[in-house]
Amino acid sequence: MRVTRTSQAAKIAAILGAGVLVVLIIAPWWAGRADMRLMGELFLYLALASLWNLMAGYAGLVSVGQQAYVGFGGYMLFALTIFAGFPPIVAIAGAGVLGALISVPVALLIFRLRGAYFAIGTWVIAEVFRLSFAQISALGGGSGSSLPVKIVRSMADGRLAREALSYWLALGIAFCVIAAVYMFLRSRQGLALTAIRDNELAASSLGIDIWWTKFIVYVAASALTAMIGALIFLQKLRISPDAAFSVNDWTAFVIFIVVIGGIGTIEGPIIGTLIFFALRETLADLGTVYLMVLGVVAILIMLRAPKGIWGLVRARFDLQLFPLGYRVVSDKVKGD
Amino acid sequence: MDWVNVLVQGALLGGLYALFAAGLSLIFGVMRLVNIAHGDLIIFAAYMGLTVVTFTGLHPLLALVFVIPAMAIIGYVLQIGILNHTLGDDLLPPLLVTFGLSVILQNSLLEIYTADPQKMDAGVLETASFPLGELQLGVLPVLTFGIAVVVIASLQWLFYRTAIGRAFRAVSDDQDIAQLMGLNKSHIFGLAMALALAVTAIAGILLGIRTSFDPSVGGGRLIFGFEAVIIGGLGNLWGTLVGGVILGVAQTVGAKIDPGWQVLAGHVAFLLVLAIRPQGLFPRISG
Repeated sequence: MRVTRTSQAAKIAAILGAGVLVVLIIAPWWAGRADMRLMGELFLYLALASLWNLMAGYAGLVSVGQQAYVGFGGYMLFALTIFAGFPPIVAIAGAGVLGALISVPVALLIFRLRGAYFAIGTWVIAEVFRLSFAQISALGGGSGSSLPVKIVRSMADGRLAREALSYWLALGIAFCVIAAVYMFLRSRQGLALTAIRDNELAASSLGIDIWWTKFIVYVAASALTAMIGALIFLQKLRISPDAAFSVNDWTAFVIFIVVIGGIGTIEGPIIGTLIFFALRETLADLGTVYLMVLGVVAILIMLRAPKGIWGLVRARFDLQLFPLGYRVVSDKVKGD
Repeated sequence: MDWVNVLVQGALLGGLYALFAAGLSLIFGVMRLVNIAHGDLIIFAAYMGLTVVTFTGLHPLLALVFVIPAMAIIGYVLQIGILNHTLGDDLLPPLLVTFGLSVILQNSLLEIYTADPQKMDAGVLETASFPLGELQLGVLPVLTFGIAVVVIASLQWLFYRTAIGRAFRAVSDDQDIAQLMGLNKSHIFGLAMALALAVTAIAGILLGIRTSFDPSVGGGRLIFGFEAVIIGGLGNLWGTLVGGVILGVAQTVGAKIDPGWQVLAGHVAFLLVLAIRPQGLFPRISG
């Protein structure tokens, strides 16, 4: 008998995953421009969904206000490039740092609310951000502003190179977010987080500092969300308060992705993102009906299969592509 | 005098916010459910009122005769059919299901009524006013505030003086023991939601007379109601009225300084209360 973390399936998944990653990295040489745009957007949603899943599925921080950081990051990209003259890449990192800084006082306030009230509290914060940025006339006030051509040109020479760069940035951040979530969950802190998820009372009686663990997750997720926000608006090149702090675009869709794919698993958001984009590309012409269908699907899944699609797969096949848990395997001994 | 006027108008506006909040407070009190679709249900009630007024030509306030029972039935069916299945130790299902409901409601309204802002015509009631000392008070805001006081007083009476109120408090205290004592939990929850949506119907109609509305504004109403609940303190209905008044006053004072600050000032007042007194001003139950 021995205890192991990995499994045959996880090893195969890792090799296949590495292969897929290489194919995706060289996409600028094989994919068309429209496909690259779509994939870039997909990666950004994947990153947002993975972070929301870390917060809601593991730390019990159900937020309906992550658009606060998406919008904040977007606005910081514009402010840092236009007023401070930073190159866009540096500004993206800067947006992450500022996102972490602003999330500290926010966390101190809204961590006083429990459960569902926490959720609505995060929404209030997002509204405060939206209304405040609408008051800043230097950033275009309520009507927003565009990224100056000079700054866009400074990223890379030529349109193709720019599009490839922004594609790689999106792929890079999605990869980094998933890797960070995976490493974090395998670490000591991650173990504490899983304990909190399973039973808060038992976890705290074992000496885990619940408040602090949740705080770390919140600040890290906010910083990364702000960087994703900066990338989103680097692709869009135009920002306005309503687009930047949209609860539908940056929270509702993300929640659907995670719920459909499977909350509380790393695989869930990946599957959810693929399904979400497949649905969107086929049903988007239906407009509002498409959103209603999404809502119905999410409710049905929450009622019938609360662990989402990946939860069904895992219950049936005992699969875990990102090995987090430990399992006991019996070694076959010769002559036994 | 100008400022006194601002304060009085804000306090009256608070009556409407207290009505937004009363339903939210009620369902949280009975079943610990926070309904993210609450704001959209308010707007749904407003559209229902608009439809009744358009087809029958009734005065919007008389449309309540139809809208209140309709919303109550919807509430009961919604609770029995969907929401009861989400209640349990895990907080995520009710939250995400009501979030899904909110998206469905919003887009259904968009599909049926388009995104054009609508308003209900209440005739002279909208502009009528009467003098009070040196102030000029609108009849509609005073009526709204009066209705809010009556609604909250009735809910209070219902909760503490009637058999159904006793059942509400029993399931709120301990669901399992209440079941053992012969109460049907899911029926009681259904009645609580019916009652909450009846109040929502009143709030929706008064909102629709006071301002224009479109399918996208539900989220904002949810937030106002939520802020009133938290400022007042969880589980205290009179506290919720005070919370609504504080929110209303903060908004009108903000608007007086700069029209762009109206809603922002309300949020800031809420965050201040949260920073200084996180349990709210008059808490009765702990969250």
